[in-house]
Amino acid sequence: MTSPATESGSARRPSAMGRVLRNQMRNIAPFATLIVLLVFFAVASPSFASLDNASNILTQISVTGIIAVGLTFVILCAEIDLSVAAIANATGILVAYLTLQESYVNIPNVPLPGWAAILVSLIACAALGVVNAFGVTRIGIPSFIMTLAMMQIGAGICALLVRGQIAYAVPDLVTTLGSGSIGGVPWLVIVLAVFLLAGHLVLTYTRFGRYVFMVGGNREAAEYSGVNVKLIIGSVMVISAVCSGVAGMLGVAHFGSAQQNEFDSYLLDAIAAVVVGGTSLFGGRGGIGNTIVGLCVLGVLNNGLDHIQIDSFLKILIRGLILLAALVINVYAQRLREETAAG
Amino acid sequence: MATADAPPLLELTGISKSFGGVAALRDVDFTLRAGEIHGLVGENGAGKSTLMKIIAGVHSDFDGRMAIDGSEVRFRSARDALAAGIGMVHQELSIVPDLSVAENVYLGHQPVNRAGLIDWPAMMEGARAQLKSLGIDVDPGERIGSLPIGLQQLIELARVLFSGARIVILDEPTSALSPPEVQILFEVLRRLRASGRGIIFISHFLDDILSISDTVTIFRNGRRVVTHATQGIDKGWVIERMIGGGHEELEESYVGAISLHSRPDAPVVLSARGLTLGRAFADVSLDVRAGEVLGIYGFMGCGQLELARALFGKVHASSGTLAIGGETRRLANTTDAKRRGIAFVPESRRAMLFHHEPVFKNVSIAVLDRISRLFVRPAEERAIAKGHVDSLNIRPGSVDIPLGSLSGGNQQKVALAKWLTHPPKVLVLSEPTRGMDVGAKDDVVQIVRALRDRGMGVVVVSTEPETVLSLADRILVMKKGRIVREFASETISKDRLLEAA
Ligand SMILES: Nc1ncnc2c1ncn2[C@@H]1O[C@H](COP(=O)(O)OP(=O)(O)OP(=O)(O)O)[C@@H](O)[C@H]1O
Ligand SMILES: [Mg+2]
Repeated sequence: MTSPATESGSARRPSAMGRVLRNQMRNIAPFATLIVLLVFFAVASPSFASLDNASNILTQISVTGIIAVGLTFVILCAEIDLSVAAIANATGILVAYLTLQESYVNIPNVPLPGWAAILVSLIACAALGVVNAFGVTRIGIPSFIMTLAMMQIGAGICALLVRGQIAYAVPDLVTTLGSGSIGGVPWLVIVLAVFLLAGHLVLTYTRFGRYVFMVGGNREAAEYSGVNVKLIIGSVMVISAVCSGVAGMLGVAHFGSAQQNEFDSYLLDAIAAVVVGGTSLFGGRGGIGNTIVGLCVLGVLNNGLDHIQIDSFLKILIRGLILLAALVINVYAQRLREETAAG
Repeated sequence: MATADAPPLLELTGISKSFGGVAALRDVDFTLRAGEIHGLVGENGAGKSTLMKIIAGVHSDFDGRMAIDGSEVRFRSARDALAAGIGMVHQELSIVPDLSVAENVYLGHQPVNRAGLIDWPAMMEGARAQLKSLGIDVDPGERIGSLPIGLQQLIELARVLFSGARIVILDEPTSALSPPEVQILFEVLRRLRASGRGIIFISHFLDDILSISDTVTIFRNGRRVVTHATQGIDKGWVIERMIGGGHEELEESYVGAISLHSRPDAPVVLSARGLTLGRAFADVSLDVRAGEVLGIYGFMGCGQLELARALFGKVHASSGTLAIGGETRRLANTTDAKRRGIAFVPESRRAMLFHHEPVFKNVSIAVLDRISRLFVRPAEERAIAKGHVDSLNIRPGSVDIPLGSLSGGNQQKVALAKWLTHPPKVLVLSEPTRGMDVGAKDDVVQIVRALRDRGMGVVVVSTEPETVLSLADRILVMKKGRIVREFASETISKDRLLEAA
């Protein structure tokens, strides 16, 4: 939106500035939060503000970040995907299951060549996304419920494949991208950057991206404009599943092992990153830029709390509180917009 | 003060308001007395809704003074205004679609029992009784979003009318109502007036304004032109002050006979046979011909809105067939309908437009698949939108401002504009002139005629007899879900049309 308010005698009308602020609340608040956290931790801990640590933070947010890219599409459409972590876990385990393991790993697995293992895993996670899409658009199950069921299905797949064991080996390409680095830059961070960039380009410059925003902004109006709303919503569910699948494979390589429940904390983190960044839970507002800021807030918070010797149980609570604050701002920003734009 | 009169119920002096440097109201004075129905008229974008929103506390940032019962007030929020006894029905429905009818009637002031919990039985009963006095017979437990828009509008009215507000503001309350409901509403307004409340009534139906109000205020370009007692003024007088002289043709209110010019020989572009959908409509057969405007008239709730949606693939008839250009087809969805050359503008702006998005995106959404394969082309979108904005005279003329900052009537024009880039074969318009001022209505008539003359088949669905009469070449009358009458190649008057419904 343009901001026509600035030149019009802001001395007489102090709230003209206020209106711009109110409209931009969802973009400003996360950014301000990030700055405050950075300053706080830099002051509180001498070890925080270093180049090494910055690289640490980036690596730490990478897996979450790749999931969050797909989730951004879903939330922009005013839907939700609760199965991201489960799909990541299942895909990560699957790719290990399809790789030759060391002899001490006691899993009756099916080794394939590396490229085939990766391909099958990608198809598998896309298929899970298609199931989500089918349930939401064809059967009409609310995405919240549908993906809750998929969460359980993903956990079931994991359980069946590894049966309580741990697998270690994954295809070489996955190992490199997940744990290698080039010129000091971890491949994982590069992959994250590529996903963020691709997500941003698709959302901002393509017709599909425009439809995502319009469907999220007003689904009924999109339908009356001849947009195939079900196709768009189905697509974002698949995109989300594929992002999760990639994150799952690389995550397994990054952690060095594939096992049940490995990704459990990533569901909350990914949703938090998107929402803390300011993408509207009601759809239609936000984007990858917001998600980047949200990821940084989350990354800085998680990493910073480690630097300032704090009770690790308190840490969990603090994260919860920050997430709550972000939700409040998110909903509040929506309401402010509605009031200013009431026409 | 020397006068013995009590101070007026509401008095506004020197009100000015601008949005980002653009003045919407300039130095407006306005007075509302107790026991008065005050009609407010003016072109689209004249500032009527803005003034009302100031009164109702929605816009708290303005210049000028406002006094209630002679003492100055300054509302910071809509809640403040509500507490001071000001109730407003907004031009855009503000019901909560997912709540029940009863919850919507009592929105914000639900009755509570002694335990502090919502008193559901009282709420259901109260809602039922209130709606009954408006002549509405609905189940208060029903989800309001599933009701037809006219009913929703009545229910929203009920909420404000019965909230006990001393000042009641109605911003175009009758736009979705059919004549019998308008009469019921007027009855209620007269009762409220008799009980000493002050009522402000905004409408583009000048006949309604002249028949219900005691005083009329005319707005133009953000200024109050004149305030006059309703007695002794007529429609021509009002129009002249609203938009200037030389518009005599707009005054005709279709009381006289109109002759219809149907084209029975023109090719049929869309035809329906025996369409039936649940309780909405049954056994509807009709032909839409190229170069002809088919009007479908009926009272609110007679099934015409659902029928229009069925023609666009938004809802699916349970039986019957549709043929497009002679080919029998089942429309899978709206995308399918659009691809086959059918376009639809629904009666509700909220259902058609993206409030927070700029005007150009609202226009281009319907043509994106034509102007871009993979990447969007904002420059081209802007150019297309600008063309429509200029030719439809949409104000303000910028395509980059958010749609929500346009006045109601101008939003309606945007809704029409989006289909005009690549003219469809069949254009289905539901209530195309709702919320438009007399001049803009005339613009729409001209646009639709131009499209028709280029060979488009147009369907106009409306509960306003004037709309149908001014546009249609052939008229079907619907009643309780069935087509009961066809008028073609004959002369017809408003009275005969109303009679048939
Ligand atoms: N929230 C807003 N932001 C910016 N401009 C606005 C906003 N609301 C209204 N305007 C502008 O103020 C002017 C007056 O609008 P208003 O809605 O009061 O018109 P109106 O008389 O109610 O018209 P209509 O009959 O079409 O409803 C218009 O030019 C409109 O574009
Ligand atoms: Mg208005």
